[in-house]
Amino acid sequence: MTGNDMMRFKMWKPTGLALAAIAATAAVALAVPSAMAQRDPAYAAARAAGQIGEQPDGYLGFASTPTPAIRALVQDLNIKRKAAYTERAQATGSTVEQFAFTSGCNLIANTKPGEKYQAPDGRWLTRDGSPPVRNASCP
Amino acid sequence: MNTPKTAARRRAITVRGLAVLIGATALTGCVQIETPDKPIEINLNINIRQEVVYRLDGDAKKLIEQNSEIF
Repeated sequence: MTGNDMMRFKMWKPTGLALAAIAATAAVALAVPSAMAQRDPAYAAARAAGQIGEQPDGYLGFASTPTPAIRALVQDLNIKRKAAYTERAQATGSTVEQFAFTSGCNLIANTKPGEKYQAPDGRWLTRDGSPPVRNASCP
Repeated sequence: MNTPKTAARRRAITVRGLAVLIGATALTGCVQIETPDKPIEINLNINIRQEVVYRLDGDAKKLIEQNSEIF
């Protein structure tokens, strides 16, 4: 090892540690808000009002004719959902449709009383205390 | 002279009857295989889909939990 290499090594080690520390902090900072993040208030309101609801295919749909603002909000959320489904589908060796459908089964099961969801026959139903009407393939 | 001839004819008739019976059995066998062909195919499709959904269920739950702002 030459003197020059030694210098480089000495300089690199603390830099590497500092970078690792920054990366770890960044990872924590990113992970915590994403896990804790709440729904956008406009989205939460449209959901609670029954204007939008969960479809069996894993995407949001309109239970009644939407305002342009609600339409834009749902389109944006559905694009983000599709990106998330695509990433997980690749990781699990499934198709985007299969992963989205499985998520839809869960999202309909997770609806709260008063929220809207679409039955397999296309009807928009309001969730009550009883289990929701879901596709026969849902777990 | 006449008796052996009749016996041979009888034997031939029996053999022919058996052949017809076997042929008829083979025919019914063919029909039975073809009839349930469609429903079996549909059942398989449902099973494959359900199997996939069950396999992905845990991953889907995790995704929804970790990205609660879009779900």
